[in-house]
Amino acid sequence: MSSAVSALGGARYEGYVRVEEQGLRGMITLRGDLNSAKMKKAVLDVTGVKLPKQREILHEGDKAVAWMSPDELLVMVPYDAVSETLASLEKALKGNHFLAVIVSDARAVFCLSGDDVREIVAKLCPVDMAPTTFAPGQIRRTRMAQIAAAFWMTSEKQIEIVCFRSVAQYAFDLLKDAAEPRGEVGAFL
Amino acid sequence: MLILECPCCGVTGEETEFAGGGEAHLKRFGPGSSDDEFHTYLFAKENPKGVHFERWRHANGCGKWFLAARNTMTLEVYGTYSAQTYEPPQDIKDKISAKVPGWSWREFS
Repeated sequence: MSSAVSALGGARYEGYVRVEEQGLRGMITLRGDLNSAKMKKAVLDVTGVKLPKQREILHEGDKAVAWMSPDELLVMVPYDAVSETLASLEKALKGNHFLAVIVSDARAVFCLSGDDVREIVAKLCPVDMAPTTFAPGQIRRTRMAQIAAAFWMTSEKQIEIVCFRSVAQYAFDLLKDAAEPRGEVGAFL
Repeated sequence: MLILECPCCGVTGEETEFAGGGEAHLKRFGPGSSDDEFHTYLFAKENPKGVHFERWRHANGCGKWFLAARNTMTLEVYGTYSAQTYEPPQDIKDKISAKVPGWSWREFS
């Protein structure tokens, strides 16, 4: 059997911030009524993470749950645990109207780390990256140049970005270009 | 450049994050309607200089549809509201009346 690989095999670029393609990450798209008690309980029981509020992302150890839209969550778990998590979610939500699908291999994850990570995103996305407007704990789905992407900050010096796997190379090239040395603007330092 | 606020996810984003979906508050005439009704539904769209109501989709965000009241001349956005409504909410109508006295758009004014 073939073994799973991530889109760019962990490609990495050292600019004035580091751009790194992350390895495989287990992801499940979960749709349903996010206000229902059953959904809240299922998410908490299966992942150990509380159901996030609007535009929030919550982490708990190696797991995370992100609010994607009024009826959609993104559940992130270690790659190997994804089928098991899906099975538990399906069991916990049995009888409810919901949809849960593994999307791990349809996504690419990038990590930016460095002092000026906000700036890299600000160069590519139409988003106000001022610390007063966007802070760790929030998730933002938006457009990164010509592709759809979502990102969140795990700390002041680290941003994680997810996009479709099919455009992983494009996304990496964009980030790499934005992180090129001597391209510093210093708007958020 | 339009700045719209998506009422579904609360994000305030600029135009390129959204996709325009044509006129809002359309009454659909499908199978069983007369040719004239269908023709009007399909082709006779408003194209005003001034107050306009449109459908928008937060295409690069939460993916939901919503409606927006805006001015095609000044590009001012009066407000955005849920797509699950038959007419613009009163507060948005009041806001438009304050800026553009005597406005009307299809059956609304």
